[in-house]
Amino acid sequence: MTRQKRWKGYLWILPSLFGTIIFYCVPLMDVIRRSVTENAGSAFVGLKNFQTVFNNTAFQLAAKNTLRFIAVCIPLLLSLSLLLAVVIVRCRWGNFYKSAMLLPMVLPAVSVALIWKLLFHNHGVLNGGLTLIGLQTTDWLNSGASFWVLVLSYLWKNIGYDIVLWIAGLQQIENDIYEAARVDGAGEIRIFFWIILPNMKQVFYTVAVLSLLNSFKVFREAYLVAGNYPHESMYLMQHLFNNWFAALSLDKMSAASVLLGMVILLMIILLYRAWGDDLC
Amino acid sequence: MEALILLFILVMIVPVCILAAGSFMGEDELILKLGAILGTGDGYAELTLTPIYPTLKAYVEVLLDTPEFFVMFWNSVKITAGSLAVQLIFGTLAAWGFAKWEFPLKKALLWLYIVLMLMPFQVLMLSDYLVLQRLNLLDSHLGLILLCGFSTFPVFIMYRFFCGIPDDVMEAARLDGAGDVKLFFYIGLPLGKSGIFSAMILGFLESWSMIEQPMTFLKTKSLWPLSILLPEIESGSIGFAFGVSVLTFLPALLIFLNGQEYLEKGISASQVKQ
Repeated sequence: MTRQKRWKGYLWILPSLFGTIIFYCVPLMDVIRRSVTENAGSAFVGLKNFQTVFNNTAFQLAAKNTLRFIAVCIPLLLSLSLLLAVVIVRCRWGNFYKSAMLLPMVLPAVSVALIWKLLFHNHGVLNGGLTLIGLQTTDWLNSGASFWVLVLSYLWKNIGYDIVLWIAGLQQIENDIYEAARVDGAGEIRIFFWIILPNMKQVFYTVAVLSLLNSFKVFREAYLVAGNYPHESMYLMQHLFNNWFAALSLDKMSAASVLLGMVILLMIILLYRAWGDDLC
Repeated sequence: MEALILLFILVMIVPVCILAAGSFMGEDELILKLGAILGTGDGYAELTLTPIYPTLKAYVEVLLDTPEFFVMFWNSVKITAGSLAVQLIFGTLAAWGFAKWEFPLKKALLWLYIVLMLMPFQVLMLSDYLVLQRLNLLDSHLGLILLCGFSTFPVFIMYRFFCGIPDDVMEAARLDGAGDVKLFFYIGLPLGKSGIFSAMILGFLESWSMIEQPMTFLKTKSLWPLSILLPEIESGSIGFAFGVSVLTFLPALLIFLNGQEYLEKGISASQVKQ
């Protein structure tokens, strides 16, 4: 290929690249620079900001809650959605079920917040139901239980998305393999453990990473239901970012952003290994 | 097994039904049922899925008596349509370049796009704010539109679909004398149509219900989109809250019902082929 031709492809991506650089790459550079400089000035302070962040009690709380949230949600969501996907794929009404499970994804966060308030309010519907059957009530949104409301909210909203991802993977398994296994007398449970699970390895990475990244959006509901300072059990990284942003703590915020970015990058490297050269 | 799934689905859609039912109840009925939450009654709130006296009053109040609703609805439409237009124009071009052209550093740039699309908003929140400030785009719809429009996510989705167009088709068209630009318009766009639809639907859902961006970048209340309108839940406005929630949900629901196929395709576009 001639030199001129080699560069010609850039013409297609250049307009988009231009916008991406201004609105995404420049900010990325900026936040990295800020993470190692003083709050107001431009003096280089090395890793001091990171040290401040690590010693900050709000950061410790937010990091702990976020990690706990991920550790609880991801395994729950992945296993539940895989099971449902495996069943749905074989149902005659599978498509209908899939639609129903995707519906929460479409619901705007403000509507979700309204429903959550009605259901989980101290005098809300859920507590009403619990009293009716003679159980103890809980102030769901203002106690440790709020963490579990958040978990539920995340599962509810993301299960459809994950089911679609799993099904896309499941459909790649040849039907012959199932047939052969059935002829050999394998039951559904065996098929699940010996055929489906081993074949889902690649698919698993994608679902896991995307679910993890989607978990950051649960902040929307958390914020709308409980504001900037919710019960401490659901004080997440995003609350912290918001509050530092409002307080103009640029140094701490940048350092925390870079930390978060590095964790995400680690996830993406996993994804890179799963996707490899199959991207195109 | 299917019975279990049905039960599960019931749990999934009950909240939506509650929302719909509530929006048809009159203010009085809502106060009666939800009094415990509103602070005007004892015991616990109760919700039935059938209004005793169905009424359209909530909708009338939102649609006819609340000019602010129209302003916010229009803001949402403007921001969403603007972002989608930018994504459509710049995104398709870039996706086509990545899918069907070879150039130096292509793989690196593609992964840059992927990394950027996967970064949570919070990582770049502060610096985005500063960049918009520098460009004089803070507190304006244009700033939001450009920020969402240049999101790299739609590029990735469309790229995956463009990749699926066989090279033979391209070669054949080339032999027939089609130039680079013609290839894009006569092969790329028609054959990559479902990818474009998928990206647009995901893009619509994203910007229709975005919260963090307008909250961070828009100060003037009259510029706010519907997605951050959270009506106070108190007696006197509870019917209004239901009405707004349903009316915000409705456009998204319509798009979903008409384009579910593409929504699913768009989601599965990030799945590997083995």
